[in-house]
Amino acid sequence: MRQKIILRVISKFLIPYILLFALYVQWHGDFGPGGGFQAGVIFAAGFILYAIIFGVATAREVLSATTTRVLLVIGVLLYSGVGVAGILLGGNYLDYNVLADTPIGGQHVGIILVEFGVGITVAASVITIFCTFAGRRPEEHEEEYGEN
Amino acid sequence: MIAQHLPILQIVLPLMAAPVCMVIRHPQVVWIWATLITFLCLPISIALLVQVMAEGVIVYELGGWAAPWGIEYRIDKLNAFVLVIVTAIGAVVMPYARRTVDTEIPVSRVYLFYTMLLLCEAGLLGITITGDAFNLFVFLEVSSLSSYVLISFGKDRRALTAAYRYLIMGTIGATFYIVGVGLMYNATGSLNIYDLSKLIPELGGSRTIQAALAFLTVGLGLKLALFPMHMWLPNAYTYAPSAVTVFLAATATKVAVYALIRVTYTIFGTVDILEIVPVQDMFMVMAVIAMFVGSLVATYQVNVKRMLAYSSVAQIGYMMLGLSFDTVTGVAAGIVHLFNHAAMKGGLFMALGAVAYRVGGVRLEHMAGLGKKMPWTMASLVAGGLGLIGVPLTVGFVSKWYLIQAALEKGWWMIAVLIVICSLLAVVYVWRVVEVIYFRPVSEIAQEAKEAPLSMLIPTWVLIGASIYFGIDATTTLDVAFAAARTLLGDGG
Repeated sequence: MRQKIILRVISKFLIPYILLFALYVQWHGDFGPGGGFQAGVIFAAGFILYAIIFGVATAREVLSATTTRVLLVIGVLLYSGVGVAGILLGGNYLDYNVLADTPIGGQHVGIILVEFGVGITVAASVITIFCTFAGRRPEEHEEEYGEN
Repeated sequence: MIAQHLPILQIVLPLMAAPVCMVIRHPQVVWIWATLITFLCLPISIALLVQVMAEGVIVYELGGWAAPWGIEYRIDKLNAFVLVIVTAIGAVVMPYARRTVDTEIPVSRVYLFYTMLLLCEAGLLGITITGDAFNLFVFLEVSSLSSYVLISFGKDRRALTAAYRYLIMGTIGATFYIVGVGLMYNATGSLNIYDLSKLIPELGGSRTIQAALAFLTVGLGLKLALFPMHMWLPNAYTYAPSAVTVFLAATATKVAVYALIRVTYTIFGTVDILEIVPVQDMFMVMAVIAMFVGSLVATYQVNVKRMLAYSSVAQIGYMMLGLSFDTVTGVAAGIVHLFNHAAMKGGLFMALGAVAYRVGGVRLEHMAGLGKKMPWTMASLVAGGLGLIGVPLTVGFVSKWYLIQAALEKGWWMIAVLIVICSLLAVVYVWRVVEVIYFRPVSEIAQEAKEAPLSMLIPTWVLIGASIYFGIDATTTLDVAFAAARTLLGDGG
């Protein structure tokens, strides 16, 4: 797609707004419609648009396989970590009330962190799924086994 | 403080440890990490079982939201027992896995293997511990998706088609289950299992509830490989990596049986199901057919792993037969067989994994004359085989004894005779292997074979030893099983 100048310019113009909109959906999730899952998918969509127009290899320079893998993990651990924090602060698992001074404040803190975890993991998984299908790594076919 | 949070730690520990494996990535370190986690899970489940036996039901409200609005973990005698089975098998499989993983999984994917194994354990434990019908579905998917991946790790390329087939059947099963849950929610407005058990009786006669029961039964029947829905199982077990076969054969179907017990005896327990749909009768017919078809097909398998897989189909038949009696003895026999079969089949598949490790295959020709080459492994194979037959002093005998007793209590002596005939079929398929092991000359393939390494032999004998120990002194397991059965059937306790 390198020669399609309109596609390249328009998508370059659009991608920042797609990412920004993803962040809006993410952080507005506890007041209105939105939340981590939708935000993650929108963010990944912006990234995938970049990969389609400029090539998967270029996109992978921004977010390498290792980075997405670590992001996958961070998201899950953030979610479950908030739960554990609830235990450490004297509540039950995933009890947000104890996370801040007031229960309502705690609920806000809890849901924002949890949804952020969901957002990170969803974005990372969608990107991983896309990249796995789009760019097959040839070296994977030569598999080596451990010492007997 | 920790004691109060044990129910959630049981799930969160493996669930949080699994993604950490993705970051560690180093094969040996990941193995140490995963082993450590499974070793921590076992004492937690034992502590929970001890607490439940002493003090009764434990309820844990997630997020501090009371049921039926929030999700609660609800542990009674039955699921505490199943938790111990799953964590014990997990803890025994991990030390065993290292050697087999080295030869069966490419180095670059070993970390994914342990991630999936931990996730699968977390999913199975979640199904067992949760008191929420929808949460159960979520964990069902966690465990199923990870087990599809685990099976596809198999070295044989047919593992991929086996995993794909299991994926299709498993997804249909999970979909049926969730449709059933949806129908119950539609009729009652609740997803909490305990709450449902109180709301369903008033609506027992409605078409929606009957349809829900049908969907739930078929969905879970697919998951536990009840007779006509067992077609995914033999290939999945045969082509999966050795450690995976051990883990899934000893836990996955057991947990699905547990879920079915929950549905039929807890949710629909207070309704007289027989008046609505003859579920119990259908279970009995399918169980008996499973016992016979499984054992018969097992007798002519050339691949020993496949033979044991068909034998699993038959053994699931025994469990379901126990449940279909609808009496304390019958249900207790079914529950105790969950444990007994996990011990024997786990040990047997471990012995086969050792053969695959040393000889490179588990067809009958690979096994010829191994009695001299690998005496300890082969002895464990024979001891486990005796358990499958139901010889006295093995756990198999305990299960069958109580099954027959339950049948006689009901006056169904035909069923008792069928159980005995089916045990004779087990003699046939076990003897075929024993004959090849001890009375055939060593084959060319096995010339170089030597005894399995200790890291594989010890876990094998732990499980086989358990299957003998609890066959001689079955009071512990039977006490728990009978107590659980009494609670389920509302007979006090």
